[in-house]
Amino acid sequence: MPRTRVYEAVTERLEVLDTEGRVDDALMPELDPSRVRDLYRDMIMMRAFDDKALKLQRQGRMGTWPPIKGQEAVQAGVAMAMGENDWLIPAFREHGVMVLRGVPLHLVYAYWAGDERGSSYPEDVRCFPVAVPVGSQWQHGAGVGLSLKLSGDDAVAVTFGGDGSTSEGDFHEGLNCAGVFDARTVFVIQNNQWAISVPLHQQTRAETLAQKAHAYGIPGIQVDGNDVFAVYAAADEAIQRARRGEGPTLIEAVTYRLGDHTTADDASRYRAEEELKEWEGKDPILRLRRYLEQKGLWDEDQEVVLQEEAHKWVDDQVKALEEMPPQAPEEMFTSMYAEMPPHLSEQMQSLVEEVRS
Amino acid sequence: MSAPGSQGAEGRALHAVPEVATEKLTIAQAVRDAMLLEMERDEKVLVLGEDVGVDGGVFRATDGLIERFGSERVIDMPLAESSIIGMSVGLAATGFRPVAEIQFMGFVYPAINQLFGHAARMRNRTRGRLTCPMVVRMPYGGGIHPPEHHSESYEALFLNTPGFKVVIPSNPHDAKGLLTAAIRDEDPVLFMEPKRIYRAFREAVPADSFAVPIGKAHIARTGTDVTLIAWGSMVRLCLDAAEVMAREAIDAEVVDLRTLNPLDRETMIESVVKTGRAVVVHEAPRTAGFGAEIVTQINEHALLQLEAPVQRVTGFDVIFPLAQSERYYLPSRERIVKAAHEALSF
Repeated sequence: MPRTRVYEAVTERLEVLDTEGRVDDALMPELDPSRVRDLYRDMIMMRAFDDKALKLQRQGRMGTWPPIKGQEAVQAGVAMAMGENDWLIPAFREHGVMVLRGVPLHLVYAYWAGDERGSSYPEDVRCFPVAVPVGSQWQHGAGVGLSLKLSGDDAVAVTFGGDGSTSEGDFHEGLNCAGVFDARTVFVIQNNQWAISVPLHQQTRAETLAQKAHAYGIPGIQVDGNDVFAVYAAADEAIQRARRGEGPTLIEAVTYRLGDHTTADDASRYRAEEELKEWEGKDPILRLRRYLEQKGLWDEDQEVVLQEEAHKWVDDQVKALEEMPPQAPEEMFTSMYAEMPPHLSEQMQSLVEEVRS
Repeated sequence: MSAPGSQGAEGRALHAVPEVATEKLTIAQAVRDAMLLEMERDEKVLVLGEDVGVDGGVFRATDGLIERFGSERVIDMPLAESSIIGMSVGLAATGFRPVAEIQFMGFVYPAINQLFGHAARMRNRTRGRLTCPMVVRMPYGGGIHPPEHHSESYEALFLNTPGFKVVIPSNPHDAKGLLTAAIRDEDPVLFMEPKRIYRAFREAVPADSFAVPIGKAHIARTGTDVTLIAWGSMVRLCLDAAEVMAREAIDAEVVDLRTLNPLDRETMIESVVKTGRAVVVHEAPRTAGFGAEIVTQINEHALLQLEAPVQRVTGFDVIFPLAQSERYYLPSRERIVKAAHEALSF
């Protein structure tokens, strides 16, 4: 009666770009300078629209906003690895990747300002609406990945969630089912280390979140989530693998939420100032700028132009938001069913009469 | 809906039309028949659930489908209700028409987050950009002496959650026609199957595909003295009670609601206006059961025509008992007759 080893696993971590802007050439993905500049530009755009949302919120022009500051590299890197027809299934801190996938920024703003039309994306944008019930979207990612496999579509489903969501049953069920069916799904954890006030070590006893993939028989990899090259390299590999029909992958991108959980939160209640300072030093944007400058691909003049462009774009999107005509109150009824049942018509009529009087 | 017999509300009259080919089916067979024909008609229709493939379903409602359509369209799922529904949301929003099975309604709780949080809301929250045309089949109700958690009737949970349609057939004909309509529907439909009468009787059902429209009640028995309002397995019990009352010269009308959301208020109110008396019967617990909503709607729309307060015959507000006490819990023919007497003697 032997006692043998039946399974052993190793979880890898990938880092390409350090905080000083130096890269490991052996691990550097193939990206020509213009694409690297695009990544930088994407991240600058994200930082600009995130800052603007916080300002709008303070001015009472925006509802509760979950900031993405500090997590730009994960979103830019994954977005760049995605193909034109791939589906995005976000959680609720993925505005950056959503906008890069074609969701107009003014609609993202509209949703968080309290307007459902903000989740009605243009027809050609393959993106699910934001998922607020934490972790529920992992299952949709598995479902869309299966759908793409069954329909013979060569697209891939890329789904996101936070570190806290890995404690939800739906995370485990989603990975399990995606594994069983070889779904064309890539699961990306934005491990920003805090689920509101609860730190990662209280979410899990595991050393990494990436290793959880082993339990479902799928590959898992941890990347430095503030290193856009590592994110891109891992996402590209996982997406290509899924596209070839070889099954799902879990990517844990270790990053940090430099802001509060949302504008309704005050992280100073539970998070040490020193920790924040330390992570500000690992800012993904700063790091990429150092790389670009060292390579002679970027200078202060270009920076000024880009910053101006970013602010103008954001201002235009705010203008588009504020130019949206208000929703008619009866719109809460009109998309409940394909055909409105009689009881809803009656209720809608009563609201319309009340509003008119 | 090209097949003869797809005219719906009057569909049951088809039983008398000789040129329509029929077959004698149980409810379980009729459910299978509807899925089989819809899968043949539309390759986007998928069946998924626990044991629905090789085993053909624990009630044999998916028997033979995997042999016919293969394991990519008849999917044996890992044992995870939230995945069954969550993946169905992903499939439905990207072009498939999943028919998901929750093996027993008592096991639907893990999937509630996906049902309430996503399936019911997708159309509204995206203003129609993405939708969830899916069916969730759930055997429900008591009467088969099973282990714990296998007897519940949770329709009220889903009726207080906007975004679903809730359909409950009471006979093989409607099971086939309503499930066909449910699969073709553009919105999520909760299809509750009265497992107690899955194989209790056979009935002639048109062999071809046909749809019974969602949202239309059916007068299962016409009468003039009192209206019995029911759905699912309680309809047969009401018909039995009506026969008992007929021997006492009481002429009861039985309204089979067939769809609880959207509710066919018109048919129900018309009947109550005619008889002036009503008894609503359901297996689910009494407090905040759908019977309460029916009483309210009758009060709102027929109060002045009522000769007596509307009676309720329901389950008790207790945990559904295990097999030995089940018969004390479930509404009985005697309780229905007694309630009708109360209404008639008020």
